[in-house]
Amino acid sequence: MSALYARLLGRMPIGWLQLVHNKGRFAAALAGVAFANILVFVQLGVLGALTTSTVQPYSIFKGDIMISSADSNTLSDGGNVARHYLLRALSVPGVTGGTPVFIGKVDWQVNERRSTVLQALALPTDAVEFITPHLRSQFLRLALPDTALIDRGTRGGTPELFDAISPTTPVIYEFNNRRVTFIGTMQIGAAFSSDGNVLMSDQSFLDFFANRSSTAPNRLLLSVADGASAARTVNLLRQILPVDTLHIRSLADTMAADTRYQTTERPVGVIFGLGTFVGILVGLVIVYQVLSTDVADHLKEYATFKAMGYGQPFFLGIIFEEALILAVLGFIPGALVSTGIYQLLVAKSGLAINMTVARAIVVFLGTLAACSISGAVATRRLAHADPADLF
Amino acid sequence: MSSSSPIIVKGLNHWFGRDEARKQVIFDVSLEIARGSLTVMMGPSGSGKTTVLTLMGCLRDVQEGSVRLLAQELFGANESRMVALRRRIGVIFQAHNLHESLSAIQNVRMGLEVHGRGNIVQQDQAAAHMLKLMGLGERINYLPSKLSGGQKQRVAVARALVHNPEIIFADEPTAALDKESGVTVVKMLKKLGQNRGTTTVMITHDNRILELADRIITLEEGAIVKDEMV
Repeated sequence: MSALYARLLGRMPIGWLQLVHNKGRFAAALAGVAFANILVFVQLGVLGALTTSTVQPYSIFKGDIMISSADSNTLSDGGNVARHYLLRALSVPGVTGGTPVFIGKVDWQVNERRSTVLQALALPTDAVEFITPHLRSQFLRLALPDTALIDRGTRGGTPELFDAISPTTPVIYEFNNRRVTFIGTMQIGAAFSSDGNVLMSDQSFLDFFANRSSTAPNRLLLSVADGASAARTVNLLRQILPVDTLHIRSLADTMAADTRYQTTERPVGVIFGLGTFVGILVGLVIVYQVLSTDVADHLKEYATFKAMGYGQPFFLGIIFEEALILAVLGFIPGALVSTGIYQLLVAKSGLAINMTVARAIVVFLGTLAACSISGAVATRRLAHADPADLF
Repeated sequence: MSSSSPIIVKGLNHWFGRDEARKQVIFDVSLEIARGSLTVMMGPSGSGKTTVLTLMGCLRDVQEGSVRLLAQELFGANESRMVALRRRIGVIFQAHNLHESLSAIQNVRMGLEVHGRGNIVQQDQAAAHMLKLMGLGERINYLPSKLSGGQKQRVAVARALVHNPEIIFADEPTAALDKESGVTVVKMLKKLGQNRGTTTVMITHDNRILELADRIITLEEGAIVKDEMV
């Protein structure tokens, strides 16, 4: 292998030979890099799940602009919005339609041992154009009182439970001590603040939430004419609606703001964001320790090479070669173990934690950068020393 | 001697340490060494032999005075000039300083790779040939940990000679060798001087070597106290 590697490299693979010469230390170094990778992967996985679970409920909507109370930071919090603003919004040029959106939390006893909290999303059934196309036919059936579509990604649910639900074989449960009939399923997924989602008509919602009024929905969802600019329409809306009490944003901006709030201001986002940083720091320290120890151990040999006429690029080449080997060979077990941990977390939490190609590439490039930076720092002493001072 | 001499040293002074701890260790050393000669530097421990050798061998920056090596001034020389000059010389250290992860032949090949001459096969052939001359033909693939002290030193000598350097600086090269091996190595250096004009400057305490030297320089307390042609 060394001979093949030497031909590829065009020189003796000193970095590789140094690493494999001390197999115990090499294994420990790889374990260290893999560990740092796992740390970062797990933190990023949870952060990714936070982001995904934040935006997933928005996926059932088909709209361009969302109006919410100014004190709302996420889809599920904040005050109500007066429904009459919808009429004023519809008068704005470019706005072609609008609907109130009701949002609340319901308890669902999945079975005798498992109780869950679902996020209930509700729209009038005549506002079907504000529902994502693939759910429209099911949504129209929700005109029947006290019916709902249940989220297949609900934490604690089983495939058998959801497979049994269909319009011809509805399943009856209770929400807030009131019978609810699941006539179909949809796929959204569990989140940090709820175990799943349920979609219903506004009339059913108001039946389940007796204290809520049809005049005070949680959100207003608007559509704009084809070719019209959502941003321009938002500006027009801000001129006629009270911006001090309302957030008037495009749907995309609303989702982005929700994600930003969840990841930068809520404790879970801050903790896992910080965890990612700590993971990177641990990785840097481990690799730096490995490479600087390696340089220190071979200082006499390097000094001899320097005395023979080898320049700093040669030493950087050796260290970068080692850094690359550690990054690649440490990344592989790190990614494999992380994939296993992801599967475990999915099974235990129901969160959408997936090993994506983009994340794997980002972590690999980060590992490579960390290894290279550590290598460059580790060779500093070598760069400025006279060979005679190193013996 | 002439200005074409490969080593010309004038008014060389050197200090170690900084500020109050600064101490002068070399005092006004001047010498000129002829091409193809075998010069031995002697003196008690701490007399400055190794410091002078490392200053002449581009292993240390010259602080004061002039060292002209192969017609290039070392005082104030930048790193690229130092690197270029180091490639034209060979250095044999008292400690062999072999790379523990590289086999004997790989260590010797390092003396060739720096010049980028020939392909891997040709470099291996040249390195193997040099190791055979050193009596290590059967051990070319051994790691240093599997070689005796004398064998390691012979690998180090092979590494210093394999690229046909114009000057060889050697610090106690025979210290780890038995009498026969030591004399063989020095005879080889002497022969290189006669056949190729290779200049050798060697530090040694080994009296067996003295009879092969062309010149013996003795240092004491950082200054030349005796300089005799043999």
